[in-house]
Amino acid sequence: MTTKPDDVLEQAGRWRGQGRKVALATVVSTWGSSPRPVGSQLAVEESGKMAGSVSGGCIEGAVVMEAQQTMESGAVKLLEFGVTDEMAWEVGLACGGTVRVFVERLD
Amino acid sequence: MKHALFDALQAARAGKRPVALITELESGKQVLLDGDGVSGDLNLKESELALAKRALDGDRSGPLEETGLFVHVFNPPLRLMVVGAVHIAQFLVPMAALAGYEAVVIDPRQAWATGARFPDVSLVTEWPDDALRALKPDRRTAVAVLTHDPKLDDPALCAALASPVFYIGALGSRRTHAKRLARLREAGVGEADLARIHAPIGLAVGAKSPAEISISILAQMTQELHGAPPLIKAGAAK
Repeated sequence: MTTKPDDVLEQAGRWRGQGRKVALATVVSTWGSSPRPVGSQLAVEESGKMAGSVSGGCIEGAVVMEAQQTMESGAVKLLEFGVTDEMAWEVGLACGGTVRVFVERLD
Repeated sequence: MKHALFDALQAARAGKRPVALITELESGKQVLLDGDGVSGDLNLKESELALAKRALDGDRSGPLEETGLFVHVFNPPLRLMVVGAVHIAQFLVPMAALAGYEAVVIDPRQAWATGARFPDVSLVTEWPDDALRALKPDRRTAVAVLTHDPKLDDPALCAALASPVFYIGALGSRRTHAKRLARLREAGVGEADLARIHAPIGLAVGAKSPAEISISILAQMTQELHGAPPLIKAGAAK
């Protein structure tokens, strides 16, 4: 039985194989309650397609935008999201936790 | 992530080797730790390498204190060994696959263990104890014994108890289990081992159908895997 809904890295590899730009976002630390554990990954393709997740859906939109910059520039990013974030109303975590997300380009 | 490093990571995962990817978060430099081999553009100090190895052994991804490094552990999938190619197994196996388990079904009764009943599932038709020993269950393995038949269940349980699996469950009513315990005691199994067997199998969620029973088994496996106490509903604990 191989019914895995998404192997994030496999999907990222497929996109790369099709010549698309791809970035990977990884949860590297969490404080308080957070919906996805450390090591959770989101792969983003140049048009904004996603595989996997780094939250319950609260911050994916913002991460995709950052990922699209990273896949162009090649510069890695360390993002932090939490209720005290200045964009809290837009992309804060409703659960009250904080997460740090590392974003890198898949060369 | 560099092209070659990504390919090395995916090759290790395909080969089911436990590996760790260590990233310097500031620069994005990385190194892959695969057995005794390392590859990548990040040079680690001896002390950092030792910490990363410990994280890999402990299956714990996370930042390494005060180093600016992040260790991402990639372990092979968890495994579920189901003894008994029964109706419940037809539900349990695909549900377990969704939860990240690689499942194998063991049943020497070839009328049960058929490709038609278990499409795309790995089937073993040897006797359960031989089959289990050959599969080398480890501490990332769960065993669910579902045949209801002592001549199949008992050897399966003995083989499972001789391994470090994180979960052993056995189907059957309390009465069936009491008789099973008596037989296993007779066969020389100690009390500490008997206490490792979850029976009747599954969390008590009132499961009736094969699908519901599978949910209760998976829930109990999850609880054992993470060492969590049973969930208590908010407001219910008084």
